[in-house]
Amino acid sequence: MPWLSYHKALNRALGDELARDPAVFVLGEDVRVAVSNVTAGLLKRFGPDRVLDTPLSEQAFTSFATGAAMSGRRPVIEFQIPALLYLAFEQIVNQAHKFSLMTGGQTRVPVTYLVPGSGSKTGWAGQHSDHPYALFAHAGVKTVVPATPEDAYGLLTTAIRDDDPVVVFAPAGALGVRADLDHEGLAPVPLGVGRVHREGEDVTVVAVGHLVHDALAVAEELAGEVSVEVFDPRTVYPFDWDGLAASLAKTGRLVVVDDSNRMCGIAAEVVATAAERCDLAVPPARVTRPDGAVVPFALGLDLAVQPDRAQLTAAIRKVLKQ
Amino acid sequence: MAVLITVVAHPPDSDVGLYRAVRLIRRFEERAVDLVRSGDIIGGIHPYTGQEAIAAGVCAALRVDDTITSTHRGHGHVLAKGADPARVLAELAGRATGLNRGRGGSMHAADFALGILGANAIVGANGAITAGAAWAARQEGSDRVAVSFFGDGAVNQGVLLEAMNLAALWRLPVLFVCENNGYATTLTVSDAVAGTITGRGAAFGMPSATVDGMDPRTVLDAAREAVDRARAGDGPSLIECLTYRFDAHHTWEHKARVRYREDDEVRSGRQRDPVEIQGARLDDGERARVDAEVQSVVDAAVAFALDSPHPDPVGALDHLYATGMRARPGGGG
Repeated sequence: MPWLSYHKALNRALGDELARDPAVFVLGEDVRVAVSNVTAGLLKRFGPDRVLDTPLSEQAFTSFATGAAMSGRRPVIEFQIPALLYLAFEQIVNQAHKFSLMTGGQTRVPVTYLVPGSGSKTGWAGQHSDHPYALFAHAGVKTVVPATPEDAYGLLTTAIRDDDPVVVFAPAGALGVRADLDHEGLAPVPLGVGRVHREGEDVTVVAVGHLVHDALAVAEELAGEVSVEVFDPRTVYPFDWDGLAASLAKTGRLVVVDDSNRMCGIAAEVVATAAERCDLAVPPARVTRPDGAVVPFALGLDLAVQPDRAQLTAAIRKVLKQ
Repeated sequence: MAVLITVVAHPPDSDVGLYRAVRLIRRFEERAVDLVRSGDIIGGIHPYTGQEAIAAGVCAALRVDDTITSTHRGHGHVLAKGADPARVLAELAGRATGLNRGRGGSMHAADFALGILGANAIVGANGAITAGAAWAARQEGSDRVAVSFFGDGAVNQGVLLEAMNLAALWRLPVLFVCENNGYATTLTVSDAVAGTITGRGAAFGMPSATVDGMDPRTVLDAAREAVDRARAGDGPSLIECLTYRFDAHHTWEHKARVRYREDDEVRSGRQRDPVEIQGARLDDGERARVDAEVQSVVDAAVAFALDSPHPDPVGALDHLYATGMRARPGGGG
């Protein structure tokens, strides 16, 4: 079977949706020459009216997409770095997200915000290394963080077809992941439905994006010692709470690993909801970036604020001892 | 259920049509301020009194399928584009029969069936939305035009200038209409704007003109020229309309008594009244007929709004997601 990289899966999803629906178009900075590679080949296939290079005007092109979406189009914006979402936060959270309710249901804003390379790429320092998915989940914007090539394809496809704004975070640490799979089998993946990547009996590890692969590696390392279930919600908002509850009903123990800051992060919400809804045998644990982290430049410093496998291993052992 | 309105059969760009528009907006705003004072409209409003000629003149140059985006001071634009005054007032009063089912209120009135893509409570935010709507219309092969109304305060917002760049760069059928009423809340234009407002448009190579924003006919002429240019594929224009806000920035001023305009200035500003300027072009009998008709429309609107049911709190987050997704409740238990 052929290999498909996560990166190529995003490219394939864009191409398939552009071909399927004439309302879909892609816009962003340097998308014609595909600096990030995610839009490679699309200009040649679909022309400049479907693949729009924009000036460096994040606020304007984000609301431009909102206006086009309210007029029947399905824009996909590619943001070259995650921090650009801070510039466009007003346009996404305070405009696009609010139009359906504020107009009493008169309109919909089907815009997809695609952020390839989110999180630390190591060496990109303070303003290029954030992974701000928790902000959008908090605001109620549908937020997706795929872990694998087939999920990257399936979730991006669903995001483009969704009638609401959706942010798709493709972590830098996952872009190079490859899977041996049948291209014909690629299919949309519904939002809000999690995936158990590895069955286990003793503890549930919740992870999204590239951290799923770290969780799987740790689970494998600990296989003789402890049986780890790896649960990937795939979308952090809406979250598959029933899927989490089913896993915890089996294991009764919870560790969350989350590449966002600890304060008000996704890990905090998962832990809180599990405490409210589930019958946990012991207090849960979480592994996150520190409170208020700004990613420092030097390699060792950068890595020091990323959740890592050693921390996850320690957290798993801790909840098992209790 | 909306109130049936007898529409006076005069084209909106005729002298009677323009007069009816300014008269309707003025009467509507006066009654809305009364309803703020009586507590029937909570949160207050940003009255459009004094600026009516701009909405009337620009919208008279538009077709029904052209689109507009508006500001937090948006009632005039929405009414001039043809929204039902009864449903606009019901929206202001937070009723289920309002344009937005009571979910938007004064600053978010929208009627997509009439091309009203929403009033917007963030200064300068609508220009880029307008550009996107204009681009989408062109992609469809339509010659629809999109108008963005904004105040003088918005010309210092970066996103609006970015939007002007996109519109000019891509020759989009957009009309940028600046309502320069001299104040961004309490800050004067001379304390806020370096250079000129038309200079903002000229910098992007856009035809830009300053016109008398108190005379509906003058505004109509300028708007028509710009709309024709946009429809012909010749790109966007900027019109700066010089106007004066007769009332407060927001009705909270009625209580707060903030002082930033001298009484003489306000008196003098009110001397040139768009209702009187346009009314003088009608004979007395015709003017009286329009006044009476507008009075009955606004009376009916008030009755309709106040008789309408409040929305059911159970549905407070209805329409949050176009897909119908439901949010988790926030209560305990």
